[in-house]
Amino acid sequence: MKHSYVTALILIGVIAAIAIGSQLLGIRLYDRISTNLLISLVLVVGLQTFMGNSGLLSFAHIGFMGLGAYTSAVLTIPSQMKGMALPDLYGFMKVVEISPLLALFAAGALAAVVAAVISYPLMRLSDAASVITSFALLVVLYTVMNNWSAFTNGPRTLFGLPKTTDMPVAAIVASIVVVVALVFKESRTGKLLRASREDEVAAAALGADIPQLRWRAFILAAFIAGIGGALWGHFITSFAPKAFYLKETFLIITMLVIGGANTVTGAVAGTILITFAYEALRGTEGALNATSFGAGQVVGLTEIVLALAMIAVMIVRPGGLFPNREIGHILTRTRRKKEIVA
Amino acid sequence: MAFAIQFVIDVLSLGGAYALMALGLVIIYGILRLVNFAYGELIMVAGYTMFLASGSGLPWIVMAVLAVGMAIVFGILTDYVAFRPVRAKSVTAVLITSFAFSNLLQNAALLFISPRPRNVPLPDIFSQTVSIGGAITPVRNLITIAASILLLAGVAFLMRRTTLGIAMRAAATNFTMARMLGVPANLIISSAFALSGFLAGVVGILWIGRIGTVVPGVGLEPLLVAFIATVIGGMRSLPGAVVGGFLLALIDTTLNYTLSQDLLKFRDAFTFSLVILILLWRPEGLIRGPASGQRT
Repeated sequence: MKHSYVTALILIGVIAAIAIGSQLLGIRLYDRISTNLLISLVLVVGLQTFMGNSGLLSFAHIGFMGLGAYTSAVLTIPSQMKGMALPDLYGFMKVVEISPLLALFAAGALAAVVAAVISYPLMRLSDAASVITSFALLVVLYTVMNNWSAFTNGPRTLFGLPKTTDMPVAAIVASIVVVVALVFKESRTGKLLRASREDEVAAAALGADIPQLRWRAFILAAFIAGIGGALWGHFITSFAPKAFYLKETFLIITMLVIGGANTVTGAVAGTILITFAYEALRGTEGALNATSFGAGQVVGLTEIVLALAMIAVMIVRPGGLFPNREIGHILTRTRRKKEIVA
Repeated sequence: MAFAIQFVIDVLSLGGAYALMALGLVIIYGILRLVNFAYGELIMVAGYTMFLASGSGLPWIVMAVLAVGMAIVFGILTDYVAFRPVRAKSVTAVLITSFAFSNLLQNAALLFISPRPRNVPLPDIFSQTVSIGGAITPVRNLITIAASILLLAGVAFLMRRTTLGIAMRAAATNFTMARMLGVPANLIISSAFALSGFLAGVVGILWIGRIGTVVPGVGLEPLLVAFIATVIGGMRSLPGAVVGGFLLALIDTTLNYTLSQDLLKFRDAFTFSLVILILLWRPEGLIRGPASGQRT
């Protein structure tokens, strides 16, 4: 148990270091990148609570992020702006305007409720069928966001969200989410779920109700994704449904998988690593475009490099950077070993 | 009467295309128990091959053969890049590599060709219409029906009567046993990928023939269709894939005719809800495949 506390301390320390470090440098761009990093961290750790513990790949996560972002948007856009931002909104919703903090929870709650209803039958599926249905779920959520103009302004950009997410808020939420993920991992549900990940038949024989366990994890993951979406929405302040689709899905899955899906440490490490790689590659792409020797716009280079990195990691280290043990576990083990030697 | 004919032709042509898409996916899944996310990109490859060949002045049929050939080449390439190195590791690892490979191909098209739609050469017959019993139908729907009947029959023959097909089915039922009896594993897997690529190439031409242009994301819809059809039909059974494809086409076409314009935008959401209902009733899909053996 003790090593979980160590892990929590170290990971929160890392988050604090990123937050304070970027503040000290005082460059706006770094502030932006690290806030983005912390929001990604919320999403990736959220995905880890389901994917890491159940061992099932889920593509729907970003869809729930979108749900959260739109919920929070509808609830917080000032009522005098709603006529412009969401012209088709239903009458009774036009007067609603709640504080962003409350909206954050509402966003998480709505995503969790939707996930609970939709995913209940899906959790019986394993392996490929579960992956496929989660992929289809992403497409359905995207279709709904793209077409339900009353709430989302259709495929057009929705604007007018109050900018309430800044670095400290993102850092606090990220720390809480990391702790929640660690607590869930060590809880009874988390442990049984991990047992089912290692061996479905054996876990079921021990009396684990696997669909039920997966369902709980999925709801938790959707809740965190909804919160992450609301955070992101209030950071970026204007977005369109296409922000919640395959490209983002690819990015957060890359982060989780390269870091190591089975551990919270892996999720954090992967997010940090890929955010820096992504920003560096984007910078390179931008520089290439600025020189623009005839060939036109350079697009997609970042994704190509990330895809190659992902394939390489899967071949060399299929479990990611932290495949089994949390950082606290690794440290306490090495210390104990030294004590035994001494 | 005209309406009934129209409806039947719509269902059959859409269903034929869907069935072929699903079949290409299930052939891989049946043997390896692995989902190929890069399947849609094989369709994209076929489309871009047509686009790149359009300036060459070759007759259309040669370009089509070339496109199918490229889809086969990329199918085998998928095996070598995304599947073979991680096949023996975890299921998740392979899903992720194939997803990454799909992204790789899409972004390569984005980078080296263009994010904008590109025209694909089509013979005149694709844009003509005929009248059957009062129903006016594009000829390409009839071509799709004919092609899918031919290919489905061809695949059925291959699977039942030839050594390669029997070996593939043996590998799908019990991979380890098949290997012990002397079925060369890598050859079987590569031929499954080649067959999958072949089906994707043909579907690609038929599918892109409906739209007339190709974009980097063109493979997404066929991939999704194949996914849903295989889940409905039963992931491990080839007839199941075909049944699932036609059933999905029936659902889609019915919704097309019955939903109002406002609701039509949400068609995918309705289709998926039906899929959830089917899965509630039968989590294994409609048709059960052979009892599963161990993977690799």
